[in-house]
Amino acid sequence: MPPSFSLPRALLKGLFLYLAVVLLIALPLPDIGKLSAYNALFPGRPRLPFGENPSEAYNFSLFNLDAMFASHEISDGTKPADEFRVLVIGDSSVWGTLLKPDETLSAQLNASAPMVCGRQARFYNLGYPTITVTKDLMLMDYAARFQPDQIIWLTSLEALPLDKQLDTPLVANNASAVDALIEKYALPLSPNDAALVRPDFWDRTLIGQRRNFADLIRLQLYGVQWSATGIDQIYPPYPAPQTDFADGDDKFHDLRPPLDEAALAYDILAAGMNHVPAPILLVNEPIMISGGVNSDIRYNFFYPRWAYDAYRTQLAARAEANGWNYLDVWNLLPQSEFTNSAIHLTPAGETILAQNILNALQPTCP
Amino acid sequence: MTLPLIAIFGALTLLAAFLSDRIRGLFLFTLSILAVYALQPALPIRYLDFWLPTAALGLASIFWISLRGAEWHSADNLLSAAWMAAIVLILALTRFLPSAPSPLTPSMPPRLELVFAALLVVTALAALTGRVRFGWVHAVGLVALIGLLAILKSPEASLWAAKALRLANGQSAETASSFDIRWLGISYIIFRIIHTLRERQMGTLPEVSLREYVTYIFFYPALTAGPIDRLERFVKDLRAAWKPANEDWIVVVQRIGLGLFKKFVLADSLALMALNAKNAGETQSTGWAWILLYAYTLQIFLDFSGYTDIAIGMARMVGIRLPENFNAPYLRPNVTHFWNNWHMTLTMWFRAYFFNPLTRALRTRQFPIWLVIFITQFATMALIGAWHGLTANFILWGLWHGLGLFIHNRWSDATRARFGEWATTPLRQNILNVSGIVLTFHYAALGWVWFVLPTPSLAIQFFARLFGA
Repeated sequence: MPPSFSLPRALLKGLFLYLAVVLLIALPLPDIGKLSAYNALFPGRPRLPFGENPSEAYNFSLFNLDAMFASHEISDGTKPADEFRVLVIGDSSVWGTLLKPDETLSAQLNASAPMVCGRQARFYNLGYPTITVTKDLMLMDYAARFQPDQIIWLTSLEALPLDKQLDTPLVANNASAVDALIEKYALPLSPNDAALVRPDFWDRTLIGQRRNFADLIRLQLYGVQWSATGIDQIYPPYPAPQTDFADGDDKFHDLRPPLDEAALAYDILAAGMNHVPAPILLVNEPIMISGGVNSDIRYNFFYPRWAYDAYRTQLAARAEANGWNYLDVWNLLPQSEFTNSAIHLTPAGETILAQNILNALQPTCP
Repeated sequence: MTLPLIAIFGALTLLAAFLSDRIRGLFLFTLSILAVYALQPALPIRYLDFWLPTAALGLASIFWISLRGAEWHSADNLLSAAWMAAIVLILALTRFLPSAPSPLTPSMPPRLELVFAALLVVTALAALTGRVRFGWVHAVGLVALIGLLAILKSPEASLWAAKALRLANGQSAETASSFDIRWLGISYIIFRIIHTLRERQMGTLPEVSLREYVTYIFFYPALTAGPIDRLERFVKDLRAAWKPANEDWIVVVQRIGLGLFKKFVLADSLALMALNAKNAGETQSTGWAWILLYAYTLQIFLDFSGYTDIAIGMARMVGIRLPENFNAPYLRPNVTHFWNNWHMTLTMWFRAYFFNPLTRALRTRQFPIWLVIFITQFATMALIGAWHGLTANFILWGLWHGLGLFIHNRWSDATRARFGEWATTPLRQNILNVSGIVLTFHYAALGWVWFVLPTPSLAIQFFARLFGA
């Protein structure tokens, strides 16, 4: 030990170095989420990271889009020349709640292994278990860099109420991405919306960012158990979706008949349909039509009949007016093909849906 | 210990480092008593998380009196006993705080009159013990302590005890679980007490005051995860004049920093990918099964040795040089060396109080040497396994290592001369050494399969996966 060693001086130096590291980290590190062990040390995930029980599902929710996509199999190298790349966008029914990775819609589409435009079609599951078209647009916009040849966008009325577009945690915690979407597509959303989380200087320091950094590391670490087990979701016993609606409530998000188009995010849907650089097949996804008490008033937990019927009419009219490739399969499946919710399908339900989607694909070949 | 608790106890220990010798002793005594309560996890059986620490303090006091015999009641010891009782009563009084329970106790303390009555019972038992011949206390005490440990380590017995305690408390026994009785640090507390009983029996125990004895048994840096120090060595440090020098602070910072990094960065990260009861049955390939096992092998070492580093660093602040518990155990060329460097204080304890006496006893009966080794290795390792838990998986883990030690002993005896003739160059010696390290590491790693998986059938299933089935 040098004779000039001084404990106070050593502590002061330590404190200085600590503060320097804590504060310097506030400098933007935009691409840190792209550093990923997925698709390198272990295989990419077939669906985006999502989950609330990491220790059992080996999967969890985080908000860093770079990290989410870097962990996905779509980031595995460059696009092969003989691949016809199809992105499947949507909510939890596309992501595959209660479905194993090989039972999801994308997996069922891949199982059919269709050749499109002389190339092998490969379907990528980019569904995410929250339901707003802004979230879908954000993921679709990000995924444009992966050179899709076709997009299949499944949606439903529940994704459209304008007042909930920014409430989804994934959207709220990606304020800069939302700003870019608003500017790029002139979306009817306010960048000053209180739902958007905007970090201040201290939030960007190491202390403020500790959760985000920890999430990035945890995502990599859970890759080991995901690779070892193939598990990315837990499958607890679940109750059947509600079929009786004793109170006869016919409201939809505080809306009353007639369905006010201005209260719905059709402009955001149109932004995606008209501007994303790949042909899109828009799918009005299947819903459960219940046959219980007051089923003449409500189709299911989500939808009163008047609202859903009006939505279908409005969406069909817009699709026709804009020349969108549109598939309405709202009543494709019987009640028995739904699991715990009016939009979550059984594996057999996904198979039927996949077949209908394949039949409706009208790819534009060069 | 959680990070906030480590920070709090670290700060208090830093304060103690600058106190005068006499005040520091009292401070460590007080802090060790408080730690028994503060570190105890909350339990679902009403007031049990207060009674267990109180019982631990009572046990220590009673056994200290038995060690001292009739000469215990000096003014200093009476004052220490009064101070202990006062702390317990003050902790009980915290139930009247507006923000009760206070952070000093895991949950609401019991009523004051009950605590007072408990203190009277402990005092009466202690006074009685002081009049009983040590030989009796030694015999009865050993049986009682080992019996208590057996109950706590056996899931079935713990469940039975939990049900009984719940019923005695007027709570439903239907929701009882073996986890209802989690007694913080009791394995270490009992082993330290047994150490003092045995040393007293052998006539090698130094005379210690109540304050010194209680500080030794409950010394808070080593309460939750060891190491198991020897009383004679500990008290020597405790009594010595202490003024930390710069090199002490360097050791403190290095050991605590290293320990925090090992435990909270490396081990906790590895925990997210390590083998456990859930993923053992889910693993789909041999390669990934090995990765999970390697992750667990490193995790358990980094977790345990990280805590030891923190304990050693924290103790060094106040001049206590706790013994090392780990010395690169995974870099040892054979199983015997592994056990000389893994949880060293526990193995030394078993060597001193079980292995050596048993070996001597068997040798005097003229058993063949191989049989003596077989019996002593297997019995010692089975007991070490049982110390972790009285369940099949821990005992199998112990037997696995007993087998390893026995085979190594026999192999080494049979081949020493041959290998000595062959390993005449540094290269050949290195080949032998590295092969030994790789083999020993994997033997220890495979042993963890028994340890971490709760049932032998799951362990066998995982072994099959590891070897390609």
